[in-house]
Amino acid sequence: MHRDDNHPADGPFVLNRRQILGWGTSGAALALMGGLTAPFARAQEGPVNTKARIVIAGAGAAGLSAAAQLSRRLNGATITLVDARKAHYYQPGFTLVAAGLKPKTYTVSSTAKYVPQGVEWIEEQVAEFDPEANMVVTQTGRKIPYDYLIVASGLALDYAAIEGMDVGRIGRDGLGSHYHGPDAASATWQALSTFADTGGVGLFLRPATEMKCAGAPLKYTFIADDVLRTRGTRGKAEIHYAAQNNALFSVPIVSEKVRMLFRDRDINAHYDHVMKAIDLGRKVATFKTPGGDQEIPYDFINVVPPMRAVPAVRDSALAWQEGPFAADGWIEVDKASLRHRRFPNIWAVGDTAGVPKGKTAASVKWQVPVAVEHLVATVADRPCTAAYNGYTSCPMITRLGRAMLVEFDYDNNLLPSFPGVVAPLEELWVTWVMKTIALKPTYVAMIRGQA
Amino acid sequence: MQKFDIFVLFAVFQEMMGPVLWVLLFVALAGLSAAGFVLWHEGGLSSSRLLTSELIGLAGGFGALALMAWVTVSGFTDAGGPVDWLLIGVIWGTGLAGTTILAYGVLGLIKVAGDALA
Ligand SMILES: Cc1cc2nc3c(=O)[nH]c(=O)nc-3n(C[C@H](O)[C@H](O)[C@H](O)COP(=O)(O)OP(=O)(O)OC[C@H]3O[C@@H](n4cnc5c(N)ncnc54)[C@H](O)[C@@H]3O)c2cc1C
Repeated sequence: MHRDDNHPADGPFVLNRRQILGWGTSGAALALMGGLTAPFARAQEGPVNTKARIVIAGAGAAGLSAAAQLSRRLNGATITLVDARKAHYYQPGFTLVAAGLKPKTYTVSSTAKYVPQGVEWIEEQVAEFDPEANMVVTQTGRKIPYDYLIVASGLALDYAAIEGMDVGRIGRDGLGSHYHGPDAASATWQALSTFADTGGVGLFLRPATEMKCAGAPLKYTFIADDVLRTRGTRGKAEIHYAAQNNALFSVPIVSEKVRMLFRDRDINAHYDHVMKAIDLGRKVATFKTPGGDQEIPYDFINVVPPMRAVPAVRDSALAWQEGPFAADGWIEVDKASLRHRRFPNIWAVGDTAGVPKGKTAASVKWQVPVAVEHLVATVADRPCTAAYNGYTSCPMITRLGRAMLVEFDYDNNLLPSFPGVVAPLEELWVTWVMKTIALKPTYVAMIRGQA
Repeated sequence: MQKFDIFVLFAVFQEMMGPVLWVLLFVALAGLSAAGFVLWHEGGLSSSRLLTSELIGLAGGFGALALMAWVTVSGFTDAGGPVDWLLIGVIWGTGLAGTTILAYGVLGLIKVAGDALA
């Protein structure tokens, strides 16, 4: 993948552009998932022999991917995944389900299917992290000691922080929330579809916390606009988007582009609006604004709740103790090596890592090889320079049939995989094609440790 | 390393298409072998059969486009920039070339078989 030469961390990942072009869409699809490169796993000569005990907390995108890569890189290690969830969710698919394009089964498979051979899976939650004693304790009180720990427990959707919210009512009375899960994504489509038949006020928003796939609330706003237009009811509808601060996206150049698209689609942006309460009966949402609380009535709303580290992480010594990531308990890791800043035998990957940006499956693709490389190097007692540069990617759907491929790093630089070919801020069918047919296979290949 | 890896691409294609990938590879290989065999057997190209195959190939090109539109729940009206038209061209061209070679091979084999039986 082509990378800006100013980014030393990208150095080893250079791919000849002509090679990429030769591979066309399939190559581009890999770019959506964060790169055309093979994981570090293939970089090394043969597995490292060790008797190390490695625990991976969380068997989602990041945990499974780490397990697959570690089991290949280490010989003789005891690798244990700890996660009570039997179902595996392909979450980027929630958006397509909520757009009425895919059935909810598209996003659901089973964790067991991806647990690599030789890796033990304990079907319990971690209730307590005890980094001083080098062990985790499960919900049944089982103590699991480790030499190395990878935390990949994702994040918690804090619906309770929104007064009056009831996830049991998603799909009814114009209430949508496609983040909540496969069923909710499907129910959100039902609610949106009903709204699109009649028109009215559509209300979209994002939380003020860090969040996974910050583009998804915007995508869904564009999708709603498109569905209304297709049904011929756009003229009878108003669309409002409530941004949590004074921008529509954290990367300024992308924010500007979205602002222009909103103007083009007649979507009203409200800035510094943070949702705090909802009255499901009256269909009114309340926002905290600099000028005091403001109520906005709706006929359809897509609630995206505050997101925080899961309670076991938040309540542990692993969380940041100060700074912007402390309040929501994200894990205190070095943003380049993803190694814990106080407990050097611990790494955090995926949504739970307390780093700027990086809460997408595409980021997982880049984070996991870095953490794995550092862990293996530590086991083998050799130095390691692998670094994650914040790569985050978001195929921003701007209408059904078109999307923009937005890729960026910690410093808000755009990192286009195909400069001059697939322009990052251009609405293209090719990006849509990638999102609909190639992203999921790439994701699955990633959690199997193959991509 | 950390260069582009063909295995990564293959793994993704396998996830994308499952067993269909093998069927497609088999069909492609069979088509190429059939066309190659017919060329070798006849010692040259039959221009009338090539024309027929190309006509069938045209339909194959549009078939490939229709398949893509169906799979991606979208259509060509969604094309937004030159790279989209390029992709549409590549899909159509691949469908056309693939179907033409396959048709030439199959039609040739039918002819060869017919001659042998005659
Ligand atoms: C609507 C939506 C759209 C998205 N769109 C995109 C997109 O287009 N592109 C993209 O790249 N990304 C997208 N994402 C983001 C992507 O899905 C996540 O960033 C990715 O899944 C993060 O992986 P993870 O392993 O950190 O978390 P997850 O995949 O959520 O896995 C976390 C795992 O940890 C487990 N766990 C939780 N608590 C504990 C505990 N105490 N002990 C043990 N296990 C625990 C959970 O059960 C779960 O299995 C989207 C997400 C959503 C919700």
